[in-house]
Amino acid sequence: MTTESSSAAGAAAIPAAPAAKRRDSLLWLLNARLAIGLSLITIFIVGSIVLPFFAPADPSLQATYLKNMPMSWEHLLGTNAIGQDIFWFLVFAIRNSLILGVLVGVGVTIISTAVGLSAGYIGGNYERVVMLVVDSFITIPLLPILIILGAVIRGNSSFLTVGAIIVVFGWAWGARTIRSMALSLREREFINMARFSGASTFAIITREIFPYVSAYMVVGFINTILFAVNTEATLAVIGLSKVEVPTLGSIIFWALNYNALFTGNYPWLVAPIVASILLFLGLFLTSTGFNAAFANKRGVA
Amino acid sequence: MIKLNDLKISYRIGNRVIEAVNGVTLTIPDGSIVGIAGESGCGKSTLMKAIYGDIQSPMSLSGGSIEYGMKGADGRAVTTETIRREWFKSISYIPQSSMNSLNPVIRIRDQFTDFPGTDSNKKRVLERARAYIGKLGLPAEAMDSYPHQLSGGMRQRVMIALATFFQPELIIADEPTTALDVVVQKEILLLLMEVQELMGNTILVVSHDMGVHYQVTHKMLIMYAGRVVEYGDTESVFADPQHAYTKMLIDSLPTIGDDSMRGVLASMAGAGGDRAYRVEPELIEVKPGHFMARPSVGVAA
Amino acid sequence: MTVILKTEGLNKVYRQGGLVRSRQIKALNDVNISVESDKPVVIAVVGESGSGKTTLAKTLLRLETPSSGRAIVYDTVVTGKGTALSKQQFLGLVQPIFQNPFEAFSRYRPVDAYLNETARRVGGMDGAQAEAAVAAALQSVGLKYEAVRGKYTNQFSGGELQRISVARALIPQPKLIVADEPVSMIDASRRMIIINLFKQLRDEAGRSFLYITHDLATAYYISDYVAVMNKGVVVEFGDARQVMGDPQHDYTKLLLSSIPTTKSRWRPRKVAA
Repeated sequence: MTTESSSAAGAAAIPAAPAAKRRDSLLWLLNARLAIGLSLITIFIVGSIVLPFFAPADPSLQATYLKNMPMSWEHLLGTNAIGQDIFWFLVFAIRNSLILGVLVGVGVTIISTAVGLSAGYIGGNYERVVMLVVDSFITIPLLPILIILGAVIRGNSSFLTVGAIIVVFGWAWGARTIRSMALSLREREFINMARFSGASTFAIITREIFPYVSAYMVVGFINTILFAVNTEATLAVIGLSKVEVPTLGSIIFWALNYNALFTGNYPWLVAPIVASILLFLGLFLTSTGFNAAFANKRGVA
Repeated sequence: MIKLNDLKISYRIGNRVIEAVNGVTLTIPDGSIVGIAGESGCGKSTLMKAIYGDIQSPMSLSGGSIEYGMKGADGRAVTTETIRREWFKSISYIPQSSMNSLNPVIRIRDQFTDFPGTDSNKKRVLERARAYIGKLGLPAEAMDSYPHQLSGGMRQRVMIALATFFQPELIIADEPTTALDVVVQKEILLLLMEVQELMGNTILVVSHDMGVHYQVTHKMLIMYAGRVVEYGDTESVFADPQHAYTKMLIDSLPTIGDDSMRGVLASMAGAGGDRAYRVEPELIEVKPGHFMARPSVGVAA
Repeated sequence: MTVILKTEGLNKVYRQGGLVRSRQIKALNDVNISVESDKPVVIAVVGESGSGKTTLAKTLLRLETPSSGRAIVYDTVVTGKGTALSKQQFLGLVQPIFQNPFEAFSRYRPVDAYLNETARRVGGMDGAQAEAAVAAALQSVGLKYEAVRGKYTNQFSGGELQRISVARALIPQPKLIVADEPVSMIDASRRMIIINLFKQLRDEAGRSFLYITHDLATAYYISDYVAVMNKGVVVEFGDARQVMGDPQHDYTKLLLSSIPTTKSRWRPRKVAA
């Protein structure tokens, strides 16, 4: 028996992509969208980590400074009606919002992936029961529940309780999507191949199916951060979160409560809004940028 | 008569350029069925697309030309740029798996009248169409059905009807029966032969199945790595194959009743990799009407 | 004599449609075939799409459960009533080769990972033993381990991938290999390399094959026995040379006469202009 060389692929390479070396550089990831998005997020993340070390005082303490000071070199965005420095409050706010967003993102992604993959692959009665639970959670309207919960435990809950609640109600959608991906993957031949190679169900889910789902997971993770920050901000603006803790939403809450617009203290209200918009823009661009890059890669491969 | 003059068609993938058709010079005679044989990646489908005039990015005509020997509606000779206007009139194309090319939400009868440049009197066209498909072995109800209501074989007959209805001078069929069962395949092939005898036009049939070529074609051309390796009357090519690649293809066909060892040449060829069959672009007449290309330098004959 | 393959009243019914209206499709309709032999054999199951040949393969591979009846492979009941075989034992008895070589392995794993996994989990071997087994299996299909190690699906041709699939199937030393259209997606000339490989494995390594195909010519070429299926029913079964040389059933005759051969013409050819 002769040995075939793998250069056989070369002669017959029409119009499939040439047999590339496996670990191509990650250059395929880059596109304009992703670059801008990642830059924005990086600025926020780095700022959130580094800047707090330079804060002259705990920004959430009230009456630290004179009230309603205009923007100056000492107070980059001025001070607000409670006597806090707006700029430093904003920095901590962004940090807290991001921490919340990431924690919620991680929680949601782990739960929805585990549930979705197992339901999609194992099937049978397990799937039916699980999907019943998933569908119930999907249909529960998040905001009214959060408002009720917030009203009930207002101020008495920790900041992270809000996060936990968002996780509980946020994992269902992802689970459903991942489950349908697993369903279609289940039918593919390499799954049978793995079965006949002696792989256990757990091994098949993690080693065979998971890689195909990972692209969606990345995008889902980023979207969840967006969702979490957004929901928390919404709650805070209504006053249902722990508003003493600096978050993007709580700044807006206080600014509205103290009628920042009327008193002319524009930075107080405008700064968090601009920051929110930029953060969301960064997250959104990163998410769609990854999506576009993955789609491109699939097209060529 | 279609003349191909040193035709070169290439694909651009990323920053690589692949010469799918690498210098084909040939004259295709009128009024016969010409078979194009070769394995995947040899360039036969690309060549058909080029002749049909369906050249769009990332494919491009990188050298040579095609002379169609036809005159368009404006009285001038048809070229690669203007061949599009002749689609369905002088030239038609049956793509691979074309049974799936029918618009799934339109009834068959509407697909007939859908073509541009048809007789403006739709009723007349439909009457003629109904009569025509009867000749092709389709029941009258087929016209009023949706594609999914017909079997694969029937859909393929519809495609042939659509392709031949306007009596084009040239029909290009790319693997017209590959997806069909063998019993239906025979019926479709016989049908194509009858159509050709009736209309006296030229049909180019691409197939990887040498048996199909033997039954259906008058002349055959064998392609390898973008070039023509052998060309001549089908009888002659099968009875006395000249080039090693042709011999190997014929040797790889097991036949019922024949107990000899098959595929010997194929496994021997494996040793030289795929360079074993590379040829130069020029065809040399080795017997009357029977052409062969010279093996490239460094390759054993 | 060993019972290589025996199906007893094998039935598989699918229901199509919803709760209110549904149709029953008999993919396998009372399939009874029996092959006994002392030597390994190649049994071909031929038919068109919808004939039930793929369902038969899936049932024998335990990827589908029969609605009724049972199947016996090498004197062991593998499916249906009376099955006492564990998954592990079954994998050591029957192994598959699937149709699409490009889908046979995950894009994200190197192909030799599957071979290693088979050696360790099904063959029960450890590190060095497994390596040796994989190398031996690859060699028996004409590939070197070094040429395969660490590479992914997109770095091989269809024929190579299919041979790697065969190698993987050989590792646990199964008695029967079920090959479902193993060459239909491979180029004509490379097909014979794989088909000849099956022949060699039967003769030299003592493996029996169940060869599912719509291509009667290759079925004739390597099989000892042939079952012709149509719409879930086995219309003819017997020694390959006999069935194809002297077909009794009309459907078999129809199939045989439809093959485009290079021996005789369907209709006389008019000389081209």
